[in-house]
Amino acid sequence: MSKQGYYGDFGGMYIPEILTTTIEELISEFYKAKEDPSFWKEYTDLMSDYSCRPTPLTFAGNLTRHFGGAKIYIKREDLNHTGAHKANNVIGQGLLVKRMGKTRVIAETGAGQHGVATATMAAKFGFECTIYMGEVDVHRQRPNVFWMERLGAKVVPVREGSRILKDAINEALRDWVSNMDTTHYVLGTACGPHPFPEMVSWFQSIIGKEAREQILNIEGKLPSRIYACVGGGSNAMGIFSGFFDDPVDLVGVEAGGLGLDTGHHASRLKSDDASPGVAQGYKTYFLQDSDGQMKETHSVAAGLDYIGVSPILANLKETGRVRFEAATDREVVETLSLTIRKEGLIPALESTHGFVQAFKEAPELPPEDSIIINQSGRGDKDIFTIADAFNDPAWQEFIKTKAEEYNA
Amino acid sequence: MLKKYIEDKRKEKEILLMTHIVIGYPGFEESFNIIKEMVEAGVDLMELQIPFSEPIADGPVILHANQVSLKNGATVEKCLEFAVKVVKSFHIPFLFMSYYNIFFKYGVERFTGKMKECGVKGAIVPDLPLEEGKEYLDAMASWNLAPIFIFSPSTKEERMRKIAAHAQGFIYCVARKGVTGLDTDFSSQLEAYLGKCREVAGLPIALGFGVKEKQDVDFLKNKADIAIIGTQTIRIMDNEGISAVGDFIRGLR
Repeated sequence: MSKQGYYGDFGGMYIPEILTTTIEELISEFYKAKEDPSFWKEYTDLMSDYSCRPTPLTFAGNLTRHFGGAKIYIKREDLNHTGAHKANNVIGQGLLVKRMGKTRVIAETGAGQHGVATATMAAKFGFECTIYMGEVDVHRQRPNVFWMERLGAKVVPVREGSRILKDAINEALRDWVSNMDTTHYVLGTACGPHPFPEMVSWFQSIIGKEAREQILNIEGKLPSRIYACVGGGSNAMGIFSGFFDDPVDLVGVEAGGLGLDTGHHASRLKSDDASPGVAQGYKTYFLQDSDGQMKETHSVAAGLDYIGVSPILANLKETGRVRFEAATDREVVETLSLTIRKEGLIPALESTHGFVQAFKEAPELPPEDSIIINQSGRGDKDIFTIADAFNDPAWQEFIKTKAEEYNA
Repeated sequence: MLKKYIEDKRKEKEILLMTHIVIGYPGFEESFNIIKEMVEAGVDLMELQIPFSEPIADGPVILHANQVSLKNGATVEKCLEFAVKVVKSFHIPFLFMSYYNIFFKYGVERFTGKMKECGVKGAIVPDLPLEEGKEYLDAMASWNLAPIFIFSPSTKEERMRKIAAHAQGFIYCVARKGVTGLDTDFSSQLEAYLGKCREVAGLPIALGFGVKEKQDVDFLKNKADIAIIGTQTIRIMDNEGISAVGDFIRGLR
């Protein structure tokens, strides 16, 4: 019995029998592509042609002066087409779908970024597309639903369970077991059964490859620390993977929600509330009760509001290679405000979690050191949530007026 | 032994019926009464599903039943107590059906020991493929419990043989792609698939997913040993009440 797709004790392929043939085909196609240098070239060419790669590594001079410690650099994944690192994974999987000859793609989405990215890829490559999205997230991220539908995707609001990301994954898996002959499941993060954690991380490794080269060009030496938010973990895996063999501290920041001691959070690796379990096709740390039933999670950022975490990151926590921290909703909103004002950058609420921890630590580091924060996505998608968090009266007035126009 | 029980029963009946309930749906007392109805109507064996919050192989009806049961306070401990009572009260073989996390969190060795104590004969774990099942298989074997494995129409013959080598009791043949509770096309294609399952299994074979009326059960006679009725009895109970379940089962054969 092989132990394919394991990272220490984590990972594996806990899948219904009906999917084994499909997953075996996917594994074979993925490794063929991984070993074929022309595939990676096709991928990077397309990413530069279609999605502004390489994305810049921006020096945040004002924030650096503000904190008076290490030089702060920001990897600009928000400048990808569709506004987040999700494009890297989706375009990569899209190329695999073409190789496999399938004609339909499905995906889950939390914040809606992965859904928009998948719908965009489907439009470009001519695939039929269905996106599963928890009903709670449909309300939180309505503008993304609008764009997915404009892009030709069918958006299915998931009304089962806690109606967020995990429930969308379950529904996508149910679709996949019914339609796998024609359909590929474009899983959005480095979770799920093998080969998804490895495959998604591989496509996202483009971030770390670029960032390493860029920082060496600018600074002439490696950064001391790298910060990334961790939901499923794909943007963190992407940037970290460029530095695994270097003496660089890697810091993953989870959603602390209302605070780790309140129980209302989505921290699997920093908090003591999670334990190893098996669900959604893989083994990792899950926020679950002592019976193994999954708990409700909370975060202001829909994209981090998830019960599990990449099995690769779970293993890197055990080995100590990656340090995990958590940022609360309140810290995130304050940090977002500061970043917008100081640098004119608008990170997504998800990405801002990484900024929170970086800003806590930057002042402790000497000015000759540098740090990199992965700005995994842009925040304008969060306009409704951010406007509520800032309690912006002019915005509220605008929404009321707009609603009245529709009622007229 | 489960296999022998099935083979003996088959000498009396053209086809056996296995039904499925979600423990604690809509409540524990109702679950007990449904089992009573089913056993009195002549069901030959039963799956008792321990509810799980993420049942990826189940369709809307059973998914909903899982959620309601958990919301009403079902725990693994309560399900085990329930199984003890059920096994004492009714003299047919009972199996647990659940997702692997229920076993894993309880401790696979400890959970299978509990199964033995309850008198449950085996288990169906739809998200545990053979390759991930070493600990489970060893534990089941040590208690002489039957690990029921699944064949699907996309399972290749070589893999079927590998699975059959580790399975006990019977093979659960899934009729089609998809989740529980959707329609199945009872066709010559299904007949050919069952023929292949029969040839490879070396165990009795059961057919499930989409079996919901007498016509379906009739189709399966001489092609499978057991017809599995899962979602349909839950639908009937939801729509017509517990007492309608017995009549429905009696009408199947």
